[in-house]
Amino acid sequence: MIDTEYDVVVVGAGPGGSITAKNCAERGMKTLMVEKRQMIGDPVRCAEGIAKHTVKKHIEPNPRWICAEAKGFRIFSPSGIKVEMVGEFESGEVGYVLDRKLFDRALAHEAARSGATILVKTRATGLLIEDGKVCGVELEHLGKKFCVRAKVVVGADGVESKVGRWAGMNTSLKPKDIETCAQALVYDPSTDQEFCEFYLGREIAPGGYAWIFPKGEGCANVGLGILGSFSDAGAPFNYLNNFLKKYLPNAKILEIIVGGVPVSKPTDGIVGEGIVLVGDAARQSDPLTGGGIGNAMEAGAIAGEVVSEAISEGDTSAERLREYEERWFKEMGKRLMRNWLVKEHIISLSDEELDKLAKSIADVKFKGLQLYELLKHLVRRNPKLLWKLKGYI
Amino acid sequence: MVLNVNRYVCGYCGACVAVCPHCVLELVETWLEIGSGCTECGTCVKICPVGALSLDEVKA
Repeated sequence: MIDTEYDVVVVGAGPGGSITAKNCAERGMKTLMVEKRQMIGDPVRCAEGIAKHTVKKHIEPNPRWICAEAKGFRIFSPSGIKVEMVGEFESGEVGYVLDRKLFDRALAHEAARSGATILVKTRATGLLIEDGKVCGVELEHLGKKFCVRAKVVVGADGVESKVGRWAGMNTSLKPKDIETCAQALVYDPSTDQEFCEFYLGREIAPGGYAWIFPKGEGCANVGLGILGSFSDAGAPFNYLNNFLKKYLPNAKILEIIVGGVPVSKPTDGIVGEGIVLVGDAARQSDPLTGGGIGNAMEAGAIAGEVVSEAISEGDTSAERLREYEERWFKEMGKRLMRNWLVKEHIISLSDEELDKLAKSIADVKFKGLQLYELLKHLVRRNPKLLWKLKGYI
Repeated sequence: MVLNVNRYVCGYCGACVAVCPHCVLELVETWLEIGSGCTECGTCVKICPVGALSLDEVKA
């Protein structure tokens, strides 16, 4: 069933891996996708929000994995000043709230339907490297170790990525470059099922924010992220308990999950000889919002296209594969760079300054605007506080 | 000092793996493995969202 040679081996079957595998298989590449877990999509480590148009670009929306549809979002400043936006957003993670367990599986199903071979409960334990070029992976499946050769290896192995590191790419995250998060799926009929809510403040989530995303039927994902450099052992979980006590004291917890989200500066160096990285493994999540599903899928589509072309041309060198990195940066990297700068600046502000920012735009009736527009309003109305961002917004 | 993981607390999220500067940690499903080469820098201990990791005098 499993051959010893493929055109492409994708490590990791999250949204980034599955879309890459799908796009390679569709172009006739002999594609293998391996997933170390025995169940694709589970356990979830995600707040599950994503813009509708991003989903639609890659897969036909299906009510089976759409839990709720938000019509806008609200941001609450530390003292509770509300900023509300209604409409679809260019880069926000607002629109659908997904059931990632089913969504991830649906994407893997798409990859399978396009012709990719999928192997679950299969862990990559290392890379085959010859003359400085990646030419395959070492795998372990049910206690059996074996090697598979590939013209290109795609590392889509998530926040805890090893594939890039094995190839000598330094993708380890510093504490200041990761949000450490905790989330509860709760049942509480008082939760607003039409809005995604964000709460800012040092007392709430230092260096990050708390969120309440509707999940349908009176349920919501309630979570928060703390910047690693502001965190301490177990802090996210403790902050989450405090948040729940304060904002949703009657919530009944149906599930708890934890996870890390890369919020580092968008990096080059996501391609090497015979290797590309995609999604959280390439640190492509949005440093400001923390959203990563859409970015991983967008990157996966580009990677799938470039990798397939490179293989067809018989040139899988880093130089050839760099087209993926360049196109990715052109399409997403610029926005992520801007959002990284905004994030870096916002975490340096005091609660009082955040309140001031919220107050300055609280009267603006945002409708169908983009996150960029909100930032523009903020910079325009707070030139002193946000002078550092002036050139970028 | 030695790095210990309390498997009854661990939420197997992999945040520790992402920050380990020496690529010592590995997560497989619910199993966090501590390999050789740990320098007891404590980065993973601080990052853990549930506080499952600790640096102790003895191996647990």
